[in-house]
Formats: sequence, C-alpha cells, structure tokens
Amino acid sequence: MLKLDNVSKVYRIGTFGGKELHAVSNVSFDVQDGEVISLIGESGSGKSTIGKMILRLVSLSSGKIELDGVNISVAKGRALKEYYRYVQGVFQDPFSSYNPIFKADRVFDSIREEFYPQLDNQAWYHRVGSSLHAVGLNPEHVLNKFPHQLSGGQLQRFLIARALLLDIKFLVADEIISMLDASTRIDVLNLLAELKERGLSILFITHDLSLAYYISERAVILYKGCIAEMGVTEKVYENPMHPYTRMLMASVPRLDRKWEDVNIELKGQSSEVAKGCVYYDRCPLAAKDQECVKRRPPLLEVTPDHLVACWKL
Amino acid sequence: MTLQIENLTVYYRTLRGDVRALEDTTFQVADHEIMGLAGESGCGKTTLGHSLIILKPPMKYIKGHVALDEQELPIHDMKRMNPFRFKEISLIPQYAMNAMNPTRKIGKMTAELLGSRGVNFDAIRTELMRRLDLVNLPDSVLDMYPIELSGGMKQRMVMVLSTLLNPSLLIADEITSALDVSTQKAVAEMLVEFRNREFVNSMIVVTHDMSILYQIADSIMIMYAGQLAEKASTDVIIHSPRHPYTKLLISSLPEVGVRYTETKLQGIPGKTPLLLDPPVGCRFRDRCPISFEKCMEVPPFMEVEQDHYVACWREF
Repeated sequence: MLKLDNVSKVYRIGTFGGKELHAVSNVSFDVQDGEVISLIGESGSGKSTIGKMILRLVSLSSGKIELDGVNISVAKGRALKEYYRYVQGVFQDPFSSYNPIFKADRVFDSIREEFYPQLDNQAWYHRVGSSLHAVGLNPEHVLNKFPHQLSGGQLQRFLIARALLLDIKFLVADEIISMLDASTRIDVLNLLAELKERGLSILFITHDLSLAYYISERAVILYKGCIAEMGVTEKVYENPMHPYTRMLMASVPRLDRKWEDVNIELKGQSSEVAKGCVYYDRCPLAAKDQECVKRRPPLLEVTPDHLVACWKL
Repeated sequence: MTLQIENLTVYYRTLRGDVRALEDTTFQVADHEIMGLAGESGCGKTTLGHSLIILKPPMKYIKGHVALDEQELPIHDMKRMNPFRFKEISLIPQYAMNAMNPTRKIGKMTAELLGSRGVNFDAIRTELMRRLDLVNLPDSVLDMYPIELSGGMKQRMVMVLSTLLNPSLLIADEITSALDVSTQKAVAEMLVEFRNREFVNSMIVVTHDMSILYQIADSIMIMYAGQLAEKASTDVIIHSPRHPYTKLLISSLPEVGVRYTETKLQGIPGKTPLLLDPPVGCRFRDRCPISFEKCMEVPPFMEVEQDHYVACWREF
C-alpha cells in the first residue's frame, strides 16, 4: 500500500527565487494493493508533480510518502534503489523515452545492468520474453528494432514491459495514452486493467475524464495543487459535489448527449495562493465575506468514501 | 456551395519516393456548414486542410480542382493564392499557442499583419474590439506580449485574428486538443458562435476527437490513410455509421459511463499502412473484418442516402 501523507511541493520562482509557487499543497490519499486510482486535473493542477514525487524525481517540500509503512521520501542510495524495484513510472511521450540512434530494446539493458547483473543470457531473454508477452507483444516482432520501426502503442507497451521486468507493485502512469491513436489507446488501457487484475496498483494520471472512469475504482480531482474531491469513481462522477467537479463533468464532450448550457468562468486565473479556497476566483457559489475567502476548506467525508473540500456543503 | 473539391490529390515528395497522403478526394462543404474532419494521425486530415491554403514543398500538387464560392482556387500556385489567403480562406493552425510573434506586442503585430494584406488597422479597430469582447478578452491584450497570455487566451486571440476579415472558409486545425476540458468547451462554442454571427461562412474543423465534433459539427467526414471513408450528418455518423472503419473507431472510444468491468472496449487490430507504398484498393482492407475480393479495387465515395457518402464495396 502506498500512502501519501500531507504532501506539499513548493517551487521557488522569479529571478532570485523570491516568489513561491505552491504546486501541491497538503495532499493525502492512499492506494491499496491491486487498485487503480486516477488523478484527474487540468494543466497546472499538480498531478504530474505528485507522480514525480512518488517516483522521487522531485523532492518533497513537506509531508511524507510511505510504501508498506516505510517512509521512502527520504530514502537514499541502496534503499532508494530497492524502492525502484517495486515502483516504476511510464510517461506521456513514448517517442522521447527512447534514444533514436539505438535499438529500442536498449531500455531493457539498463534494467539488467542495474538490477539483474547475475542473470545469464538465456534466463534474461526468457524474462524479457515473458514480460513482452504480458503486454501483448510478440518478442520476435518487436525485438532488435529501432524506435522508428515501432508504432507509438508498441513503444508505450515496451516501456510498460520494461517496468514489469522488475517485480513491481506500483506503477505511475502519467498521461500514458494521450499521445496514442484512438484505435490503439484502448488496447493499452485494457492492458493496464489486466495488470491490475494481477495485483498491480496503478496511479493513473490523466486529464481525460472518460478514460479515468473506464479504468479506475477511485478518483481524485485536483485543482491548483489541492484535492477538491475524491472517492469511489461512481460517486464522484454520478454525484459530483464540488462546484469545480461539477463544471468539469458538464464540460466533458460526450457522444451520448450534447453539452448543457453551463457557464464557464474563464476569467480570474490568478496564480497566487490566497489563504482561502483555491477555487474562489472561479466559483459560482462563493459570495464575498464568506468563509471561502478566509480559510481553506478541509476535505470532509460527505458520504462513505466520498470526500469533498467545500464550505458550501 | 461554399467549397467544392474534385479529385484533389496531394503527395509529399521525399527522397524515397512520393508519400501518397491525399488521394482522389471529392466532397463539398455547404454554406453555413461546420464540417468536422476526423481520423487517426497520418490519415491526411491536416494535409487536406493545409493544401487548401498553403500548398508548399514538400507537398506536391498532383491533380484536382478546388472551387470556393464558384470561383476556382489556384491552390497549386503560391503567388496567385495570395489574394485569397486570410481574406477568403483562413486557417487557425495546430499550434496556435505559438503562432504569434513573441517579440511584438499583439496590437502591433495585428497592425503589421493587416498592413501586409493592405487593410487599414484603424478602420477595423472598433470591430476588433467588439470581437475581443465577444471571446471574453480585455482590450488591454493588444498592449501585451503573447507570453503574458495563458494558453486558452492565446487560442482565442488567434481565433479572432484569423477571422478578422470575415473569410468565406475557415480551417481550424486541432485547435482544442491542447486545451483543458473547460477551456476546450468555451473555445468550441465560440467557433459555433462565429459561424452564427456570420464572421465566417463555413468551417472545416480538423480534429481527432470525435466527441468534440458531436457537440459542434453539422456533418462529420472520416478519413483513413489518405482516402475518404464516410461523410454524413453528425447524428448519422455517431449513431448509424456504415463504413466498417467508422463503426470500429466509434465503438473504441471510451466514454463516461463505460467501465472495463462491464463493457470491455476493443481497439482496431493491426496498424495504419505506410503511405509511401500504400496497398492497392481499399486501404483499410487489411484491418477490415468484412473485406472480400472486390476490395482490391478502390471503392468510390458514393452517396448511399441523401447526404450520406460511403466508400465501401459492401454498402453498394
């Protein structure tokens, strides 16, 4: 089980680092074994920063991340390498994850050097083969090829296979299908569902609400680094309570119905974090001189497994 | 009829031969029609859009005629196209975010742009202000540099610029794909508003996102590997498509309300053919579940019902 406890990330920006940008503020949630949880947010919501903090690509400003009770946010050296045996990530652009002048299977070699130096060739190829089969690729068709000879979907599955070479428990999937074509993206999504059945936990980071609904059990809606709403996917989608979630749900283009007339507030995107609710500028419910402007709303459980951060409830 | 295209064929010239990106395309766009153009990457949708406005190397004009408002468009002649560009036919490019000159204030850039087309900026200034107001941008953007605007604001600014001279045809190339869902909706609705207010006569909206088209388009045209597959009104394409590719494409789209535990969606097996040496006949043949011998010939793009065109031998 992976647990995020009050995690924050503050970037120093401006010419001399004089200003602060709160990319993620006080985010807590946990991911059970064999669970897919989606992290949904628009650009600038801090969803990728959370993924990077879990992968330790970005340091934490405060809070901690625990894997099975061990605090990994301060792990170094050996302990960190041990952590990567269990937690791996796959990112948005499969084309830039490869060096175009080398063959694509080079990405496997780095895993072998680092984690399995003792394996002989045959055992290693067997391992690579079974891992490629697991992601639905035929090793004969894809090994020994250059990245440009493979399609985007194949490259993305290659990277998932790379993560599976280790006995991972947790996969951070950061927008992994947004660059794929409509006819192939669903295959990668089904693959994730299959891996989940086998006990892998997945953090599915996306801005696409329909993909998140398709695959995840629980959903976390982020806005400007704060959790606006989270809970069981059906509850969040069928009964959205935070005004931001409601606005999001109403703007999703769907094939079964046309857009309703909802007002989308395009103005007021100030980036500074006030003391109050982060959604205050755009919120249709917030009136002046309310608690909304004075204090940040806490994340409260409205119904079992459905948490919302809004004073207006 | 705003736009009439007949047998338009455009290739890309490469060292290894011609990439046959657009083959024998024939279709019409009616007055006030918003036509969605959808397909996977590499299907030729951007090539089609660009060839109507700026057909530059490595693109190579092979054959075909394009008529805009009953007037022949000399699309193969870069110079003779100049009077049409921006005034009669205009484009919102794919990366509109980066379409503005970063070293000029937006107002100055606009004035220079209009000047290069022989239009007086001051004469059009009030109209510009009115339209900025319409897309929810403050007048002060004209004194800003592009970097000071957010992605959605830049997109709306470019929209206003592209349509400032009331073109007859607007080509919007993937304009919503880089935006957040809420901004996406606002921008898409503004496109419809622009048409309703007759800033533009008709539009071709190029995108890979069918659900956006369902919201705003009057008709949808599906392309596959450089060939037209199907064109019909939006409702017909989404609810009763007839080409096997359209059917598979639509059934593979995840939607809110669909879970893998309940309905497992299927992708389309196989991959798109390379257009350097495309297969003969119907290019979807290899991935098509219902292909037969006849598919070795190129199917014509025929009207099977009123305003419903399909290119599939099984449908004739």
